[in-house]
Amino acid sequence: MTQSAPSTSAAPGIFGYTFSFVGILAFAVILFWAVVALFAPQIAPYPIGKIVDMDYFGPMSSKLWLGSDYLGRDMLSRIIFGARYTLGIALAGVLIASSSGVILGMAAAVVGGWFDTALSRFMDAMISIPSKLFGLVVVAAVGSSLPALILTLAFIYTPGSYRFARALAVNVNTMDFITVARIRGENTLYLAISEILPNIIRPVLADFGIRFVFIVLLLSGLSFLGLGVQPPLADWGALVHENIQGLSFGSAAVIAPSIAIASLTISVNLLIDNLPRKIRDRSA
Amino acid sequence: MNSEIASMIGKRLVIAVITLIIVSFAVFFATSMLPGDTATILLGQAATPDAVAGLRHAMHLDEPAVLRFLRWIAGLVTGDLGTSYANNMPISKLISARFVNTMKLAGITALISIPFALTLGITSAVLRGTLYDRVVTVLTIGVISVPEFMVASTAVLIFAVYLKWLPAISFVNEVHSLYDLLRMYAMPVVTLTFVVSAQIIRMTRAAVIETLSTPYVEMALLKGASRSRIVLRHALPNALGPIVNALALSLSYLIGGVIIIETIFNYPGIAKLMVDAVATRDLPLIQTCAVIFCAGYLILITIADIIAIISNPRLR
Repeated sequence: MTQSAPSTSAAPGIFGYTFSFVGILAFAVILFWAVVALFAPQIAPYPIGKIVDMDYFGPMSSKLWLGSDYLGRDMLSRIIFGARYTLGIALAGVLIASSSGVILGMAAAVVGGWFDTALSRFMDAMISIPSKLFGLVVVAAVGSSLPALILTLAFIYTPGSYRFARALAVNVNTMDFITVARIRGENTLYLAISEILPNIIRPVLADFGIRFVFIVLLLSGLSFLGLGVQPPLADWGALVHENIQGLSFGSAAVIAPSIAIASLTISVNLLIDNLPRKIRDRSA
Repeated sequence: MNSEIASMIGKRLVIAVITLIIVSFAVFFATSMLPGDTATILLGQAATPDAVAGLRHAMHLDEPAVLRFLRWIAGLVTGDLGTSYANNMPISKLISARFVNTMKLAGITALISIPFALTLGITSAVLRGTLYDRVVTVLTIGVISVPEFMVASTAVLIFAVYLKWLPAISFVNEVHSLYDLLRMYAMPVVTLTFVVSAQIIRMTRAAVIETLSTPYVEMALLKGASRSRIVLRHALPNALGPIVNALALSLSYLIGGVIIIETIFNYPGIAKLMVDAVATRDLPLIQTCAVIFCAGYLILITIADIIAIISNPRLR
């Protein structure tokens, strides 16, 4: 994607890798949001549902750093709590999607034959449904409770993870040490977990990050349409949705949650782009 | 050789049809999993069990799912799209006008973004590593990494709130002049163009860079061909397949984009119709819209694959 620019300020190696300045900065932003999400109740200046401003869409002030929302609630507190839902749901979704994609992908590569063909055909058909459309259909079917949302997001992004992991696993599967292990009489489970997984884990982790971004974007999109996280809960996308009337006044209530989403997704993308080549490259 | 191309294209078409069937199957069953009983929901709390049973029978809800699926598919093929639950209108009537609107929006966007993005993508690949390339790359990654509604709301902020050039979110149906028409379409089209172009630029750039690093391009360089000759005569014809593929994939982002953009600008298109249908749980309408979108996507992808097959010099 981007060329790895010659990093002028490479930090001292961590675990034997060197990270570029941009990578460290991106990591810091991600860490920041993770801490905010974890300690939201301690950090937020006001309770999440409390109306603190007589006016709606109040301006930024020293009392309300990011102004107030359409009901006069403190925007900063709502964003801090929103971090919990955006990060939590996306993380749960990507964990399920990636692990099931990787397990199925390795199984397809090791077992091969009709199992591989049938599964791959099915996954390809699933990939050909545009994600947002898929999301709309599934939300219409199963509703938008939090567990349903997580499973929906995981289901939508499993095929992509499967395809990625399978492509890697098929390459590894042709290696000599796999043949040796097969001759030794190892079973499928052993082959997948002990022989293939360690050889594909690093690119799979990079893919994990990219998929996390996709899920954050899709979740925000669904919430923005009013079909994701439902009130009184609100993730960042839902915050934009409920305050969209403020757009014509240029209210911070619309812009701030958008910026929060952007800071998270851009940071993850940058971090992955700036990972040491050793981790990022497909060839394990 | 030509029969080989024909058979490859035929194969591709068969795959497309099979995929469409699998997808419509998935869409149908996903929406049939609804926990509540549709007839009960429609008639409300006070309905007698007899009335519910009667409506279930009239709507064929008491038949097995496979039969309902076949009935639905047969309806789709013959143009009978069924009736919307929410307002009892025939779906074909609801969709036809809005379908034209969405096609207009997508068409105008494609007309603008394809030439614009191809130029940027190819030039940034050729000028790889320069400041120009860096700026283009950073901007495209920026646009790709943020949600579409952020691009849209930023555009509204800049052009409607601060510069006051264009009307904000409201979408008016009264068009008195060409000027009105332009003003009306400007914001949705600009936003969609941004979203789609970013994808096209990124993928085109990658495709051209891959072609430029092939041995025959190095060969052309070594034999002393000029830079423009290398790019235009040697690289581009071979990159055509990947570029068209990138175009088709990126245009499919139009679908995701259109869903958000039509909602934020209140544009009377088919995506807005579908979002509203999801909110009211109007199943037949959701199914039909979903299949239309998937079919559109598959058609794009299939056309791209066919062009890639035809443009492959090794098959000629």
